[in-house]
Amino acid sequence: MATDIKTKPVNQTSEIGLCIPPKREVVRAPDRWKNSVGKYRVWRSEACVKCGKCEEICVRGVHVRPKGYADFLRGLDWKCTATVCRQNGTYCVDECPQKALRIEETQIYKSIGDFRWTADLIFSTWHMAETGSPPDGELNYKTGNSGGGFDRMEFVFPDNGPRTDPSSINTSIPLNRRGDNRPEVVIDIPVYGGGMSFGSVSPHTMLSKARAAMAWNTFSCTGEGGYPERLWPYREHMITQVATGLFGVREETIKWAPIVEFKYAQGAKPGLGGHLLGDKNTPAVATMREAVPWTPLFSPFPFHSVYSIEDHKKHIDWIKHINPRALVSAKVSTPVDVDMVAVGSYFAGAHIVHIDGSYGGTGAAPEIAKKNIAMPIEYAIPKVHRFLESEGIRDKVTLIASGGIRTAYDMAKAIALGADGVVIGTSEMVALGCIRCGRCESGKGCARGIATTDQQMLAKMTVDWGTQRLINLLAAWHEQLIDILSRFNMNDVKQLRGRTDLLRHLDY
Amino acid sequence: MPAKYHIHTKPAPPRHKRIGKYGIVDWREDCSACHNCVKRECAYSVYDQERDLLKAAEEEYVDYLYECKGCLCCVQSCTKGLLSWQMNPAYLALGDDCWTSDIISSTWYQAETGRIPVSGAGYPGPFMGPGFDSILTDMSEIVRPTRDGIHGREYISTSVDIGRKPMKLDFNEDGTLAFDVPSLLELPLPVMFNLMPWRRLEPNVAAAVMGAAAELGIRAITDDAAMSDHGSAVPHIEPSSDLTPRSPLTEWADCPDVLAQIRNAKNADSGVISMVKLPLGSASTPRILELARNGADSLHLYADWKGIYEDNGQSQHITKGVREAHLALVEAGLRDTITIVASGGISMAEHVAKTIICGADLVAIDVPLMIALECRVCMNCREGLKCPVDLSETDHDYAVQRIVNLMGAWHNQLLEMMGAMGIREVRRLRGEVGRAMFFEDLEKECFGPIFGERKTPLPGQAHNVEVT
Repeated sequence: MATDIKTKPVNQTSEIGLCIPPKREVVRAPDRWKNSVGKYRVWRSEACVKCGKCEEICVRGVHVRPKGYADFLRGLDWKCTATVCRQNGTYCVDECPQKALRIEETQIYKSIGDFRWTADLIFSTWHMAETGSPPDGELNYKTGNSGGGFDRMEFVFPDNGPRTDPSSINTSIPLNRRGDNRPEVVIDIPVYGGGMSFGSVSPHTMLSKARAAMAWNTFSCTGEGGYPERLWPYREHMITQVATGLFGVREETIKWAPIVEFKYAQGAKPGLGGHLLGDKNTPAVATMREAVPWTPLFSPFPFHSVYSIEDHKKHIDWIKHINPRALVSAKVSTPVDVDMVAVGSYFAGAHIVHIDGSYGGTGAAPEIAKKNIAMPIEYAIPKVHRFLESEGIRDKVTLIASGGIRTAYDMAKAIALGADGVVIGTSEMVALGCIRCGRCESGKGCARGIATTDQQMLAKMTVDWGTQRLINLLAAWHEQLIDILSRFNMNDVKQLRGRTDLLRHLDY
Repeated sequence: MPAKYHIHTKPAPPRHKRIGKYGIVDWREDCSACHNCVKRECAYSVYDQERDLLKAAEEEYVDYLYECKGCLCCVQSCTKGLLSWQMNPAYLALGDDCWTSDIISSTWYQAETGRIPVSGAGYPGPFMGPGFDSILTDMSEIVRPTRDGIHGREYISTSVDIGRKPMKLDFNEDGTLAFDVPSLLELPLPVMFNLMPWRRLEPNVAAAVMGAAAELGIRAITDDAAMSDHGSAVPHIEPSSDLTPRSPLTEWADCPDVLAQIRNAKNADSGVISMVKLPLGSASTPRILELARNGADSLHLYADWKGIYEDNGQSQHITKGVREAHLALVEAGLRDTITIVASGGISMAEHVAKTIICGADLVAIDVPLMIALECRVCMNCREGLKCPVDLSETDHDYAVQRIVNLMGAWHNQLLEMMGAMGIREVRRLRGEVGRAMFFEDLEKECFGPIFGERKTPLPGQAHNVEVT
């Protein structure tokens, strides 16, 4: 049974401020920009006689004419699903008696995105973050266009088999399987938020992540940059990261943490350590990291105190000694011997082995590393899962996968390949409005106010809005996961783990 | 401990306008002149620059097209929703399928700044690709011999030797060496500069390539008599050529009497190290073994400028050919006696490491040197048309600095990759496929037990088409 993790009462008059626990409910959170962008643009010519036919037949509400207005306002073009309308016979262009309408794909749709995060994925993630449900139009919200891995796998659903009642499906997973008298921590969905440090992302982004994690009874992670005070009320849902630079690691934050994560390596830059460019190292960030403002900060690689599995055990023992209730997670990258690393981590005492694949996100990494070093997570999951099974310890450790989990379907495929759960990062950023321009590191950081510490730029996003977008995104993922489990007639996400027989690879 | 090899880079801004990736379109029509896009939304102040530059009447271009970072803030905040955004068609038109616009743009950046390209977010490219993109390099989780990579205290060596190496030492009774130790040329980078694939360089560019080679401590192959006396030159001798061999290194195009020519050259100057240039491919294997047995000191195995060679009527990638040549020499017990230089299609720093992993000792590069000088790989020069960036008018010192910057960035990237692999000597990287992962193997090992046999060929194998 899931054990609820309740937030400890916070002194509401303290400097920490008021913590109103966010609710796990979908509330529409529209785009924070004046002009939303989407797949289509609708052009209305002067031939329009304002007969209102388009407004009448459009099921998406693209054509806007408030009551009492003679003219149409600028349309909500981004809602248009022209292909679907054409199939359904509700295509305004065809139905317009004056042939005054024209619909074309926007240049933005053609230009935005890339092989892994296609325009469809970006727009559909925005849709989910706004509405809490996957888009029902024509956007492909399940796969990207990378030509391999998750993008070439699909579930083989039974045609007319029995389905589980969605309300009876359990999506929670336990994080402590060691049976070592430490807390039996259970999260309600098999996903938690990845580590993004204060400095790499704005405090608003961190808070939004933490609050959404609280709403869904799961976790977010501090990353390697300390524990800003504003996060204290959410400490029961924050993983404290200890990484190679030990930036911001303090005894008290270790003592609070329900989970402490050792970051040995990061999928986007395996073997290279971390890097915060000087422009983002503001005085507030520097104070938290006990460093000099405006200087670039490097986290070295590897842990200079760890050159063997025995050293790793010493690390874990250190944390367990300081905090008797903490679970320990070891975040590693995906080298050739990732399976051995996972088994070693378990025997050293880790509760969670977190493998981060090579296509994962980052705030700044050499492009040569992002592209070339270590293996994609799709290969690493079955490799590690099988090895843990053959060593007889699969049910003693929680295997978490990250680095390229973009959609709810990626999450379900990762679980079917053998992971217990996943960690997401880029999806959260996209939900907050990221367009993957890749400029998180330059100058003051993200121009869209997500991965920045510049006061002016971070003000572009409020915490409430960010929280709701992430709650909605997780709701949409949860809904899709429930749907997948229901179609397989399963009543628990734990039944999906390792069920590779339910997957088909389109190249095999 | 010898001084650390360091490449001195300094900014060398482009002479011509950059070709940016993004642009804002549909700007002025119906604009209400609220200036929100300019004053409020653009975090990069691109429009400010544009406004300033438009005031300067002599400027004919609009800079925002080249400076836009593609954040969409102005598009999404425009009061009247007028702005749109798209990829710059001029950017998309750069290069071809091998020398892509992203590679060209990244090379320009490296030649300008001397820095490693760094960006945020995950890798945006395809899951795998043909050729070099079918190889991943490994990393070491906790055990890494050097600390902190390029920022650390310990030394990662990128030096390689060119020349013949004796497999054992023979001594006279009095303890002196019983044979003459062959000459060996040490380069601090596993890179040489190659002849250009389809043309001879303009004199000023050839001089700049030599100058950069001299500053970097490496060598440049030349078939230009005017350049062959340069301290860093490696004369390239064709049967019809009037160049003469010289120490320390001379390259001969393979021909039936090349071994005799090498012997003659060595008789005249014992310091000459020979390098024989021959194409990659299984047809060359007997010849490679023959040359290795009979006195060639090093071999230059080449593919075409896109990294493709023809083998039994099929086009193959340089990585395959180098692996085959390397393994043939290993099986014959000859690999350690001889140096292999590989060339063709090497366009990025990662290709250096991957070619070496496949079995080369070092690589020779060509087109990237031109791209460093702002070449757009438009092929005008091949057609005899005017160069859009006037390569022939490049200033010498500037051109040298651009090439040095590019190699500085490549050197640092090589260190990053080797550091992650846990390798501190590029000599040890040669043929070290254990520190790499090939997509073909990963698919078999990880997906084979789940999905069975792969039916669609991998991108690299799909390349097996008739050469036209």
